[in-house]
Formats: sequence, C-alpha cells, structure tokens
Amino acid sequence: MILSWIKGGFFLGGAFLLAVILVKPIGVSTQFVIFDGILWDAANPSMVVENTEAKTGYSSPNAYLNKSGGKYAENIANPLNYSFVFVLAMIAGAALSGFLRGGVKKEERAMPKIWRANYGDNPWKRYAVAFIGGFIVLYGARLAGGCTSGHMMSGLMQTAVSGYIFTAGAFIAAIPTAILFYKKEA
Amino acid sequence: MTLIILAIVIGGAFGVALDRVGATNPDYIIGMLRLSKLQLMKTIFFAIGFSSIVLFTALLSGVVDPSHLSVKAAYSGVFVGGILLGIGFAIVGYCPGTSLTAMATGRKDALFFAIGGLVGAAAYMATYDSVKATGLLEPIFGGKATLGAIGNTDYPALTGALSGEIIGIIVGVVFILIAIVLPARMRAEPSSL
Repeated sequence: MILSWIKGGFFLGGAFLLAVILVKPIGVSTQFVIFDGILWDAANPSMVVENTEAKTGYSSPNAYLNKSGGKYAENIANPLNYSFVFVLAMIAGAALSGFLRGGVKKEERAMPKIWRANYGDNPWKRYAVAFIGGFIVLYGARLAGGCTSGHMMSGLMQTAVSGYIFTAGAFIAAIPTAILFYKKEA
Repeated sequence: MTLIILAIVIGGAFGVALDRVGATNPDYIIGMLRLSKLQLMKTIFFAIGFSSIVLFTALLSGVVDPSHLSVKAAYSGVFVGGILLGIGFAIVGYCPGTSLTAMATGRKDALFFAIGGLVGAAAYMATYDSVKATGLLEPIFGGKATLGAIGNTDYPALTGALSGEIIGIIVGVVFILIAIVLPARMRAEPSSL
C-alpha cells in the first residue's frame, strides 16, 4: 500500500525542502545529459577537455555541454559531484524501498495493469512505446531546462514563473493524451 | 565530502519517498492524468504547498540562506518542452526521476524508458544549436523570475504588490486547499458490464 496523500505529501515535500535548505533544489533530468556525456567522453576523450580559459576549467566542442562556462563538461569530467551522486542515491533509495515492501509483482514488471487492460500483454509492444516515450520526455525536459522534479516540484515550491509555464504545458498535453490513450480503466 | 554525504542522504530519502507515494507505479501516474485516480495529485499538491510554506517562512525568519534557491529561466521553449514531456509522461506513465526509481524496484519497461531518455537527451545535445537558432530559448518575463520579489536575491518579480515570501506562503496555502478539496476521482466509475 502506498502512503496516504497527507503522509506522502509530508515525506515527498520534506525531501524537496531538505534539499533546498541544505544544498539546492532537486533536479533529475540534467543527469541524463551528464551520463550521456560520460559515455560519449569514454568513447571519444576529446568530448570534454580541460581548458584554463573556461570559467569552470573544462570545455567541450559540443555547444550544449559547453554552455554556462562548461558547467556540464565539468560535471562529466568529475562525476562524483553532488547532483550526480544524488541521482545514484535516489535509485538506491527506491531499490531499498521496493525491496522492503516486497517488490513489484511479476506480472507487473513488464507493464502496468492499465497498459495490459488497454493494449494486451505483449511486453515488446510496451517496451517499444516506453523507449519512444522516454526519448520524447527527455528531449522535452532538456528543451524546457528541467522536468517534473526541477521545474514542477522545485519550481512551484519557489514560486518560479518558469515552473508555472512548464506545469501548464505538461498538464495541457498530458491530461487529454492520457484520457484518449487509455480508454479502459485497469 | 560533506556535499557527497548530503547527496546520499537526501537523494536516498527522495528515492524512498517517490516509491512510497506511488510515483514509481505508472498505474498511479496514468490514473492521475486520466483523472480516475487522483491520490498522487493530492500528494503532489500537498507536498508543494507544505514545502513552499516552510521554505518561505524559513526565508522570512532568516534561517535559510537565500542563495540556496535556484530559479530556472522562463522562455517559450519551457512551454514547448513541457508539452513534449506531458505527451510521453501520459503515454508511458514515467518522468525522468520516476523511470529511474521504478527501474530500481524491478520494472523492466522503466529501463527501456530510461534508455530512450538517454537517446533523447543526446538528441537534444546534437540539435542544441538549431533549437537555439529558433529563438525558443530567449528569456521571457525577465528570465529567472518569481511571482514576487524574494529578499536578498536578484530574481526579477512578476508583481510588486506583495513580497515574494508572503506570496509563497499564500500560494502554499492555496496548494494545500486544492489537495484537500480534490476528490479521489473526477470521472464516473467504469460500468461493470
């Protein structure tokens, strides 16, 4: 059983609060870029180079990794930084929580109930749509400069105008899409 | 080193929280978006409202360093990106953080979402110059703006009517009220034929 909305809200809100009080607001989607950069730099070490002229001391021939004085390039060169370790710890925390509550039922590991009710139980159909969805979500999150964590939760918590713009765009698209895509309730 | 310990503690707590509120289960996310299972929406409104009230009260009383705030820039691409994210979010039932945490609880579809996400993020890196050339990334509303002016920060404010801290507390209260009045579902129960 999941937590009631009051307990869950205190817990989830508490994590966002603790982060901003002690360090900085939570964000996740940037770390997809950092992980890509680590892989890319491993394959081609000229992707991130030390550069004394850059503000951070690192630069990249890729304009995106090089923006803001090489901020992303610096994090790719030093993955043991706060934001990257934060996401690794988040994954570990969820793994522990999942384990303690007995894990996900075998029949739900490939797809959630509502998918099965609407689209049948071929796992590869679900995996293909999940892959495409992941592509669209992360492309969108990078274009927006943040995701549900950074823009919506952290942004709205701080009364950021960008958080309202993002949340409006996300829900204007998501609610009709979900209603049309999932006709049957699980 | 202290920072890394904080990353482990806060990141770990966040991961447990996402799992315990149901955000790692697409049934709750999709149910929220198709308005048939609103518990997660109530949780999210309550979480934002509660954290906003405490944050701005703490800022007013000076116990939080305002330099810890980090307001993101507003530009039209934020809206366009939000729409793209919303479409994928609705179809699959994962967002970037919940895909990684769902994967950690043993969901295999989440792994495919995360791999697609890595490719999508790489595609953005590769197309960044042409996206920038469209003007979608040009700041609007003064860029890193907040609703009201927050003391000891230089974020531009949308309105000068009230201080940013007071607005933050009021908005927080409104969010909590929304969490309270939202029903468990907004659509009729499916007929049991």
